[in-house]
Amino acid sequence: MKIVMAIIKPFKLEEVRDALTAIGVHGLTVTEVKGYGRQKGHTEIYRGAEYAVSFLPKIKIEVAVGRDQVDKTIDAITSAAKTGQIGDGKIFVMNLDHAVRIRTGEADAAAL
Amino acid sequence: MTFKRPYGAGLAALAAGLFAATAACAEPTINKGDNAWMLTSTVLVLLMTIPGLALFYGGLVRSKNMLSVLMQVFYTVCIVTIIWALYGYSLAFTGGSDFIGGFSKAFLMGVTPDSKAATFSVDANISELVYICFQMTFAAITPALIVGAFAERMKFAAIALFIPLWVTLIYFPIAHMVWYWPGPDAITDAVKALAAAGDEAAKKAAQAKLDEVMADGGFIFKKGAIDFAGGTVVHINAGIAGLVGALLIGKRTGYGKELMAPHSLTLSMVGASLLWVGWFGFNAGSNLEASGGAALAMTNSFVATAAAALAWMFAEWLVRGHPSMLGVISGAVAGLVAVTPAAGFAGPMGAIVLGLVVGVVCLFFCTVVKNSLGYDDSLDVFGVHCIGGIVGAIGTGILVNPALGGTGVMDYVAGKVGDYDFVAQMTSQVWGVCTTLLWSGIGSAILYKVVDVIVGLRATVEVEREGLDLTEHTERAYNM
Repeated sequence: MKIVMAIIKPFKLEEVRDALTAIGVHGLTVTEVKGYGRQKGHTEIYRGAEYAVSFLPKIKIEVAVGRDQVDKTIDAITSAAKTGQIGDGKIFVMNLDHAVRIRTGEADAAAL
Repeated sequence: MTFKRPYGAGLAALAAGLFAATAACAEPTINKGDNAWMLTSTVLVLLMTIPGLALFYGGLVRSKNMLSVLMQVFYTVCIVTIIWALYGYSLAFTGGSDFIGGFSKAFLMGVTPDSKAATFSVDANISELVYICFQMTFAAITPALIVGAFAERMKFAAIALFIPLWVTLIYFPIAHMVWYWPGPDAITDAVKALAAAGDEAAKKAAQAKLDEVMADGGFIFKKGAIDFAGGTVVHINAGIAGLVGALLIGKRTGYGKELMAPHSLTLSMVGASLLWVGWFGFNAGSNLEASGGAALAMTNSFVATAAAALAWMFAEWLVRGHPSMLGVISGAVAGLVAVTPAAGFAGPMGAIVLGLVVGVVCLFFCTVVKNSLGYDDSLDVFGVHCIGGIVGAIGTGILVNPALGGTGVMDYVAGKVGDYDFVAQMTSQVWGVCTTLLWSGIGSAILYKVVDVIVGLRATVEVEREGLDLTEHTERAYNM
């Protein structure tokens, strides 16, 4: 099992959710985050006071999938979240040791 | 309309509130229509301060200091209201010297529901109590304007002490100097008595009486400065006090290095809009009568404000590349400030020009001048209120000219509008501006020092970092 974590542009969330649903991924966790990468930040001006805002709002999604679904998941997120501009985000994949469904006690693959 | 220009000297006119201390032979009556308008105007001016000004300022600070600003404004309204009733009204609006009134109406002594206050017309009076409340709201908003200059870093205890001292020693004297006069009835009666005087001795006595009546006014009033609704008394007065405060207290920790963006321009827009609505009470109410003069002040308060908002917006768009929400509302407030002294004197086209000018001038001061001088006037009390007030005071001297569509200045001695004299009027206006700048600038500096010695002005760096809401008030503006 793997955790696929993706940082995406906030307005791409619905498209990513649709793409994941289409490949059979039926659960994900979403967090509002801030960060920066190559996009850097932007400038805000208030009555002539200029502020360089380094951290931009992004959405972090986390989805737990079986090993066999990892590539499909990455493809789905990549195609749905891509605009071609800097700031589209990144995907990180991590190992997942163990999973439990709280309601039933089912474990691992059955819990996903 | 209002105002007199006694003797050729140009002892001219004045402004908003006024008040006849002496009841004359023909007993004036209270006009119910005027009274109703003044009751309405009074609550409109309260609306300007809470929640209008409070939200406008509150939205501009960081969320950790939101409640501190709301508290400072609300506290100011309450404490000044009480002081006004105890002795403020008496100090501002009774006879005494040219610089301050006396205590003859302290604790509102002798004022009853039947007491009358003069308007700008002969024999048209309003209830003195409504006049007291109307002027009370002016006294309340003025010090509330100042707190924007040192927002996000002043101790609440310091503000709690500073505000009562400031209204007592700065506001009441300036209000007295600009707005205290004998009123139209007293002047007209003295003039009639002079005309009716038969022999030489009677003439002499009547002339002496007229001289005495004309001498019974505030220092700036007698200099001939005109200020319809308080450009000097309210805006220049508060603006310079704010600048002095910002300089003495010092910059906010992290100023120029950290993000100090407004936490809610939405609330600031709501606040600015409430200010505009309330300002109709402020400006049109300063006419004291529900007459054409009030309608003129209303018209000017519409068009000057819109013009200034557009001027700021387009200038910013041109220079910075983007029109901003904060720019539009800042421009609107600058326009309201500038039209305050001019509201009942300028013509509508003059008011539009005034708005266009002040929108650009205040933008320049709030951006270029502030950045190059490096002072931290948190919410631009100086750049908007003092500078806007000066543009308005000087502009009023120009735009009152009947040749430019203005109303001219009423000469109550002659019983007609006096001749416009550019040099004399501008000299009078400059007297008003400079007296206020010096009185408030120097006086406020002394008061800040006194407060600093007694309770300390500035919050500690830790308190500033944590935010004044949690540390000073143990509350949070938003629990989400």
